[in-house]
Amino acid sequence: MFANEQAVSVDTLIPECQKRFDEGLRLVGVSVVELKKDDAFDLLYHFDKDLELSHLRLTVPRLEPVPSISGVYFPALLYENEIKDQFGVNFQNILIDFGCTLYLEPEVVKSPFCTFTYVKKEKGKEEA
Amino acid sequence: MRTILPFGPQHPVLPEPIHLKLVVEEETVVEALPNLGYVHRGLEKLTEIRDYNQMVNIVERVCGICSCIHSLNYCEAVEKLMNLEVPQRAHFLRVMWGEVHRIHSHLLWLGLFADGFGFESLFMQLWRIRERSMDIMEATAGNRVVISTNIVGGVRRDITNDQKTWILSEIDLIEKEVRALEKTLLDDYTVKRRCCGKGVLTKEQAHQLGAVGPCLRASGWAQDARQTGYAAYGQLDFEPVVEYDGDSYARSKVRFREVYAACDLVRQALAKLPEGELACKVKGKPEGEVWHRVEQPRGELYYYIKGNGTKNLERVRIRTPTFANIPPLLAMLPGCELSDVPVIVLSIDPCISCTER
Repeated sequence: MFANEQAVSVDTLIPECQKRFDEGLRLVGVSVVELKKDDAFDLLYHFDKDLELSHLRLTVPRLEPVPSISGVYFPALLYENEIKDQFGVNFQNILIDFGCTLYLEPEVVKSPFCTFTYVKKEKGKEEA
Repeated sequence: MRTILPFGPQHPVLPEPIHLKLVVEEETVVEALPNLGYVHRGLEKLTEIRDYNQMVNIVERVCGICSCIHSLNYCEAVEKLMNLEVPQRAHFLRVMWGEVHRIHSHLLWLGLFADGFGFESLFMQLWRIRERSMDIMEATAGNRVVISTNIVGGVRRDITNDQKTWILSEIDLIEKEVRALEKTLLDDYTVKRRCCGKGVLTKEQAHQLGAVGPCLRASGWAQDARQTGYAAYGQLDFEPVVEYDGDSYARSKVRFREVYAACDLVRQALAKLPEGELACKVKGKPEGEVWHRVEQPRGELYYYIKGNGTKNLERVRIRTPTFANIPPLLAMLPGCELSDVPVIVLSIDPCISCTER
């Protein structure tokens, strides 16, 4: 647990991000950890204002849809596409969805950084 | 008429594999989309088979140009996780090597920038000066690029008093020689013509798009991770270099002036270098999670590390500055002339090696 950390749910993620955006916080990055025991992911959203950090933590079961925050913070689309490629986190409505081809070749079906998740490739999204 | 033009993955001005799909109308870019992954190495995944000490050597290889600062960030993060008290001498030596790395990175970029305009002689002059910083690293660490001086708990190399004097004289020469080239590069008609007002990132955009490093500071934000006081920065006088125009020219000026700031920090670090041990004893295994950031030549770098009490870390997440600067780049390109694209892309100092860690 970090200082200035707040737990969020799938429903409160976007409102919390919007609140931070309105308060002038910069999105520093998004990190993901696979929680092997719980068959879930920890998604950490890192924000900064005047060198003060704050974090949002979202714990989601594997394969459960996660709303994209790219509508609020545009740069999140790269982080989300990266995490979708590497871990198979099921992000929904990313502003520019590369369909798991940001890093991976179209024929790759297994998320390389994750133990059990398989990449879901949608037709027509191989080339964003 | 709209046309899609591929830029990269190999381009004469940027010999690193990034691909941009440029949507152009006549000669004007209207949209840009990135495509990454040509050389992705999956280094974070190596945490599963390499122990936390071996990971120092791996993170150094994320990028050659700022290898020392990667290992500094990683080591400080693990030290935070394990509650280690690193000796002061190690902190100051880390600053010294980090700033020499910054000098070599910025001079490398300034050389490429000059080369981008066809100024071959200037390019060679800047790289000739850069050799002095490489010599410092070779003399103090035995290697020119990946210097491997940082370890968990401190540093593995020391410098003698003679070396200290010699480093200070080299730093004076670097600053003097760079100052002599400032007008040649920054007051040149062609450079101004190709950079002023090109690839503008407004103050608001820089913040909203998550720009970092010189890209952020060139748009008027006085923010630098060194202000957080990691290593020995908290004991040194430091002010971020800021410009306000947000264009390619402002970003170049920030990097130019940051060479002087880095020289000053090396002098301060060596002047205040205390006597004492180089490293502390490391006991136990990392457990828990930690988040740590430092300032690379290209901007803010963060590591998220999670340990589970074994010798292998559970997760190492690295967010490099170029990755953060890609969304701002996508905002800089629309509206520019096609011929300006290479200079604008170069102006964020892209490091694809870092991005594809």
